[in-house]
Amino acid sequence: MLEARTEDPAELETITRRLRRDIVTATTKAGSGHPSTSLSMVELVTVLYFGGVLRYDPQDPHNRERDRFILSKGHGSPGLYAVLAEAGYFPVEELMTLRQLGSPLEGHPNMNRLAGVEASTGSLGQGLSIGIGHALAARIDGLGFRVYVMTGDGETEEGQIWEALMFAGNRGVDNLTWILDRNSYQQTDSVDHVESLDPLEEKVRAFGWEVRAIDGHSLQEVAGAFEWARGVRGKPQAILAHTIKGKGVSLLEAEPWKWHGKPIPPADEAKALEEIGAPS
Amino acid sequence: MSFGLTRIDLEEGAPTREAFGEALAEMGGDERIVVIDGDVNNSTFTIHFKEKYPNRFFNVGIAESNMVGIAAGLAGAGKIPVASSFSVFLLANAFDQIRMSVAFPNQNVKLVGTHAGISIGEDGPSQMAIEDLALACSLPGFTVIVPADAPSTAAATKAMIERDGPTYVRCGRPKVPLIYSDGDPFHIGQANCIRDGDDVTIIANGIMVAMALDAAEGLAQEGIVARVLDMHTVKPIDTEAIERAANETRAIVVAEEHLAYGGLGATVAAVVSEKKPTRMAYVNIGDTYATSGKADEVLVQYGLTPGAIEDAVQRALKD
Repeated sequence: MLEARTEDPAELETITRRLRRDIVTATTKAGSGHPSTSLSMVELVTVLYFGGVLRYDPQDPHNRERDRFILSKGHGSPGLYAVLAEAGYFPVEELMTLRQLGSPLEGHPNMNRLAGVEASTGSLGQGLSIGIGHALAARIDGLGFRVYVMTGDGETEEGQIWEALMFAGNRGVDNLTWILDRNSYQQTDSVDHVESLDPLEEKVRAFGWEVRAIDGHSLQEVAGAFEWARGVRGKPQAILAHTIKGKGVSLLEAEPWKWHGKPIPPADEAKALEEIGAPS
Repeated sequence: MSFGLTRIDLEEGAPTREAFGEALAEMGGDERIVVIDGDVNNSTFTIHFKEKYPNRFFNVGIAESNMVGIAAGLAGAGKIPVASSFSVFLLANAFDQIRMSVAFPNQNVKLVGTHAGISIGEDGPSQMAIEDLALACSLPGFTVIVPADAPSTAAATKAMIERDGPTYVRCGRPKVPLIYSDGDPFHIGQANCIRDGDDVTIIANGIMVAMALDAAEGLAQEGIVARVLDMHTVKPIDTEAIERAANETRAIVVAEEHLAYGGLGATVAAVVSEKKPTRMAYVNIGDTYATSGKADEVLVQYGLTPGAIEDAVQRALKD
């Protein structure tokens, strides 16, 4: 199982640019999808998959001792697919089949069609509970694998998230790490305007979790947070990662409420790739 | 409870929920089984499993969405999770999780709902699952089972664990009469013909099976020989048994403790209309919520009685 691919910051940074390129080109080619919520999670998944955090093996994707990454915010699928292709679960060229009839790269992740997808998601709020199920299975079987679940902040308005937070906190499920991609925007407006989560750190801590807030675009802070999480005993860990929706593409960053479920128009694609500094 | 039985003498048995809980505990040596409870384990009788295997039992509190999600994760890790609560809360409260996290990914999750139907009596309509079969049957890939008595519930529990795939088993609150003996055959998807006849077929499940037998006895006194099928599996439905009934008897009556829409009656009708259109009549709760009362009184009030089944048979045979 892969332990580490690189800890070289320059190489990780190059990977983030490749992933952003793939997210933009795949969704623009598809003519639909959610690039902005995928762009905000890039550094988080880059460090997770390539910075020596997640233990996995694309050649043996169902190995029972693998670590799990569950993308609860299923509409971030272009980001998940980009990272799975980069990791070697399938050829990068297949990203261009996103959302096409017959492609396993469905609009939202389908675990039965694509190796590396740990949970079928798309109805928001469900991934954290699924992650708890995996984490409990590890405990029952005495296995050492860890479970990472990523949700969005709009998604965190769902009641099930709070049921899961309460349970994992009460039971001290410490092989579970929650990654909140806190890009501050949901479909129509900012999270603060729709249904504010604050004071979030205090709330999550009160539910029995260890909490760390970070800049989710700093590779160094992300790596530090994962290292911290692995060292926590007796409590689940929450990494509240402040991110920017549409990160790297000025068109999306400027007005995220207009771009939630929209790809970058073909006419704007070249400029977006230039801004990303996409490797060819 | 008498269930209005006046013509047959069925020994009083045990509640199906209790038979489920006992059977589950008996199977608990299988380390793949993990039980998840919504803080009703002394009502669903998963308490027996809890006492024997505390490390594989989780009471998640009154949080059915999280309960079903955790079950889905356990299944994803190779476990056989059994999530159990009152049917109405399990199916209705957690339907989105059942759809997204269980049915769509085809996870091997077992849902066992208890206190189904109006025979819970006094607790009243908010606690009565009468839509659960419609909900469960609507889900692609789901197996849906409604056992009639304690021995068949024990058999259904065993079959549910042995079968790979998402499954819903519906149990009731009251003691129900014994129809089967331990060890009688039980095969998912295969109706049991528990009384043969060639005038009319009564298809029933759950507590309506005992009433169907009683009705058949009453009809016999009037010279009508009724076949009684225990259609314990609503999905996948036993099309062959239905087709035979349509070919070999003059009418089919379907009796169930559920709303008219989306349950056993609708499922049987779909088969009959395609294979061999036949006169049919239905005994069910109709299109309404019930009320509180003693279970027997509520069943009479909403027309779930042996007499109602006989009337339905007469209606169906009239033309």
